Amino acid sequence: MTRVLLIAEHDGAELNLSTAKSMSCASQIGETDVAVFSNGADSLATSAATLAGAARVLHASRPENAKPLAAVLAPQIAKLAADYTHVLAPSTTFGKDVLPRVAALLGAPQVSDIMSVESERSYKRPIYAGNVIVQVSVPDNCTVCGTVRIASFKAAATDGNAEITAVSPDADLPAHTRYIDLQAQVSERPDLQSAMRVVSGGRGVGSAENFEIIYGLADKLSAAVGASRAAVDAGYVPNDMQIGQTGKIIAPDLYIAVGISGAIQHVTGIKDAGTIVAINKDAEAPIFALADFGLVGDLFSIVPDLEKKLG
Amino acid sequence: MKILVCVKRVIDYNVRVQINRQGDGVITDGVKMSVNPFDEIAVEEALQIRDRGDADEIVAVSIGTSASQQQLRTALAMGADRAILVESDDEIQPLAAARVFHKLVEKEQPGLVFLGKQAIDDDSNQTGQMLAALWQRPQATSASSFELNGETARVTREVDAGLEIIDIDLPAVVTVDLRLNEPRFVKMPDIMKAKRKPLETIALSELGIDAPPALETKNYEPPPQRQAGIMVETVDELIAALRDRGVL
Repeated sequence: MTRVLLIAEHDGAELNLSTAKSMSCASQIGETDVAVFSNGADSLATSAATLAGAARVLHASRPENAKPLAAVLAPQIAKLAADYTHVLAPSTTFGKDVLPRVAALLGAPQVSDIMSVESERSYKRPIYAGNVIVQVSVPDNCTVCGTVRIASFKAAATDGNAEITAVSPDADLPAHTRYIDLQAQVSERPDLQSAMRVVSGGRGVGSAENFEIIYGLADKLSAAVGASRAAVDAGYVPNDMQIGQTGKIIAPDLYIAVGISGAIQHVTGIKDAGTIVAINKDAEAPIFALADFGLVGDLFSIVPDLEKKLG
Repeated sequence: MKILVCVKRVIDYNVRVQINRQGDGVITDGVKMSVNPFDEIAVEEALQIRDRGDADEIVAVSIGTSASQQQLRTALAMGADRAILVESDDEIQPLAAARVFHKLVEKEQPGLVFLGKQAIDDDSNQTGQMLAALWQRPQATSASSFELNGETARVTREVDAGLEIIDIDLPAVVTVDLRLNEPRFVKMPDIMKAKRKPLETIALSELGIDAPPALETKNYEPPPQRQAGIMVETVDELIAALRDRGVL
């Protein structure tokens, strides 16, 4: 029988939206249990129990699980995996870090960035920076380990009521890796990866100071703010705002690209967006080839005008 | 201390990748091949550690056909001291690669292994983590800063929420992200010098590795394309169009 174990991602206080999105993928494969690793924080297990499609929640609470260290979590996950045919995690920096370590312990290959479920053991995934899509199948003699490309799935509803079971997988936990700190960007704005609307600036914005007009429009729309790799490399904004193959892959309902030419590596990060708007002074910019609405002109007059008229 | 750096031969990042007619692979004939860009950053970091006097030997390793010697020569030209090619004509997936590197690690006993966080061909982002698991040693993935303090290292990792800082005991596996450093340019005399550096070749079959379960890959397809939409002339027209769609 197919049984899926989904590893929940959280920040110690709340589940990351990536968990609910991965849940949608897991449900398409089979009956799914959600594993929450934390130090206390029972509310995490309670919210995991509301995910539609979750059969059970396994809560592994111990001090070592306070922070998401792959070397500490992987042996525990591998232990729990004995009862499952599939182990899934979101394809975020969390899942990308921990799941290959689990797969190696299980002697199983991993399917990274699952975009769609073709059958219980067969999936589509992107390679070559999203320029090629392939179908990969996992042989029958091993556990299926996979990370879920979260931009490809809608979040599961939260009207479920799964049973919560405390578990303590018996595994030797190493002390060779120690968590020191997380330097998070403190922002009042919505989180880039879960925002319904995103406004992004590129090299065309010209400077860190000029990014204020991007922030202004974003705040008017209650949108998150992103940037192209060119804007990050030019030092206008920090790297955690980067959207694209080497940054975050997002799927908001509305995406507004300002002063972004549309390099393939950026496009890879936005092509699942609902509606794409491009504002650029170069009418030949590749971004216009995929935008739903394009406006050619000077961003320094268009963006403030747009902000004002949204009033 | 010895540092092992893993280097993969991939289609150059400037090449527009084309799917072959049968749809069972991409075209590689006559296509420019290069060192995986993330692996170049890994080589550079190892060299900088040696240049500071904290390492005495940098060994570049690769798995693949004899053509991968080119990429190892690039690593040698950058400054690596010697190279090892584990030769195989078969496709090597991440778990198999990790088992090979684990064998080399047991033989070479490095203090650090550096790899790119992912290869830009299969985009798996797995091999470093798998090697760390098999070796039962720490992993620091997506490193954007690396600081060696004797028997431990402090690594800054690029994570979705910002920058995560961890301490790891050596020996350890570190996978590198774009912002860690800027790889040096290779000069002509270095290329000449690299030709005389030792490059050892071992057949994969000689290592006595159990072949792990492998993924079967088929149906290579281009991604679904978005259709170009409409051009609007004014901000008012744009707002009207967005309201019409119900996204405002």
